[in-house]
Amino acid sequence: MSAYGISLVSIAGINVILAVSLNIISGFCGQISLGHAAFFGAGAYAAALTMIATANVPLALLAALIMGCALGIVVGFASLRVRSDFLAVTTIGVNFLFVGFVRKQGWLGGEMGISGIPATGLGATGNAILIVVLACLAIAFSLYMSRSWMGFAFRAVGEDESAAATLGINAGAYKLAAFGVGTALAGLAGALYTFFTQFITVDSFDFVFSVMLLAMVVIGGVGSTWGVAVAAVGLTLLPEAIRFVNDYRLLVFGGLLVLVIRLAPGGLAALTRNLFARGKQV
Amino acid sequence: MSAVLQLDDVAIHFGGVQAVAGVSLAVEGGEFVGLIGPNGAGKTTLIRIIAGLLRPDRGRVMLAGADVTNAPTATRVRRGLALTHQVVRPFREMTVLDNVVLAAGIEHTSSPLRALLSINRRRESERAAEILASVGLAGTERKLAGALPLGQLKRLELARGLAVDPKVILLDEPLAGLNHTEASKQAETIADVHRRGLAVVLVEHNLEEVMRNCRRLVVLNNGQVIGDGEPRTVMADPVVHDAYVGSGMVRHAEA
Repeated sequence: MSAYGISLVSIAGINVILAVSLNIISGFCGQISLGHAAFFGAGAYAAALTMIATANVPLALLAALIMGCALGIVVGFASLRVRSDFLAVTTIGVNFLFVGFVRKQGWLGGEMGISGIPATGLGATGNAILIVVLACLAIAFSLYMSRSWMGFAFRAVGEDESAAATLGINAGAYKLAAFGVGTALAGLAGALYTFFTQFITVDSFDFVFSVMLLAMVVIGGVGSTWGVAVAAVGLTLLPEAIRFVNDYRLLVFGGLLVLVIRLAPGGLAALTRNLFARGKQV
Repeated sequence: MSAVLQLDDVAIHFGGVQAVAGVSLAVEGGEFVGLIGPNGAGKTTLIRIIAGLLRPDRGRVMLAGADVTNAPTATRVRRGLALTHQVVRPFREMTVLDNVVLAAGIEHTSSPLRALLSINRRRESERAAEILASVGLAGTERKLAGALPLGQLKRLELARGLAVDPKVILLDEPLAGLNHTEASKQAETIADVHRRGLAVVLVEHNLEEVMRNCRRLVVLNNGQVIGDGEPRTVMADPVVHDAYVGSGMVRHAEA
């Protein structure tokens, strides 16, 4: 495979992990997060610093996972205090805070970012394989989770917290769990991104990217692991395949988002389901 | 035997209004208690205190001997309290069966980690189907809960309450909004629930059904218990009678 092909596969795999992890928070548990890029970034920076200090790949992955999860649980506590619309605003704020904070930190490279991060030693192909394997594991984990009692309880919490409480479900604990697991996976994706580029700047983790991730979830079908994974791959490749889409990326994504919400609120997942249902009737 | 639900001198005020002014009440296992009172008597406030939605200014709430005064709703449910809302709150996007399965799986959902490690639902599905049949909802299992009419949603609410395997069930106006036939069928189902050995606290405006089924009647007025005992005796008490004069409820019950 060409170097270009390998880099496309790597980015698509990272986006799959990000979209699937955001879907755990927003799709399964119903907690709108518009700041997912911040957790991705926190993981990327944690991995970069770990790699520079130790050049130990498993340790960098672990550091990124823990950093994403820790930040996610802090933000998750906000979800216990505020209503869902305020949570959306709060998470936007977290994203801006993250970018603003990192920009001013010399030890994080400030505006210039961190360069010269040691390579993993796996080579570009090895990195891509690692990314694809972890993306597949993330999908498998998400599919398992949605079938477990946790996914069941998430759906209840997402639909009506006080009704969930009358079934003995502690909504707060489940919301924290959703944030903790989802942001840990985002942190992991951050480490993979660091391995892939060996150079990070905070601009890669801004609010616009958070919106793109939410677009992947909505277009794929909120709550559907497969739909979201397919949308993540599709929306990664689309700008590469069509030059116009690349030039007007935000316009196209925004337009798609509006179209899906207006015409097919269930996203790709619901469209496919309906297609199969119609096929069966015939 | 200790009380399954016990209130000790519970009081709460809102601004200058003493909504509940020192209520003590003990419900024993297997009792069927009707809780009534004119509008503004403090019933709803008292229910919210028992459910864990309000913290009293003073007094204690005990469930099966454990102090739950400061515990959230979910903890109280795990200690044996089942609640049904006056305004039904099914999970509309789930099937009727899933609504009850989730309640029956209360052991699995005690913590997120435990929930993540459990996947099998067969036992809970079987139990949920039995409970649905027992409240007269057999055949609706596969429907989305949001598609059921109000009469059936009230039954679903009851089924979910039973599925958490409670010691005492608090029913907040389970007959409100039902027509006469539906209401007497629902009251019959509730009487069945009690016959199975569960303590029932029934808060209801429909005095006719309360008088027919309850073995004990508690009357609230101005945030205080003004009558507590055998229903006919309590209703004959002049103090209780006075509290209801003008509301027309006593005449309705006597008719």
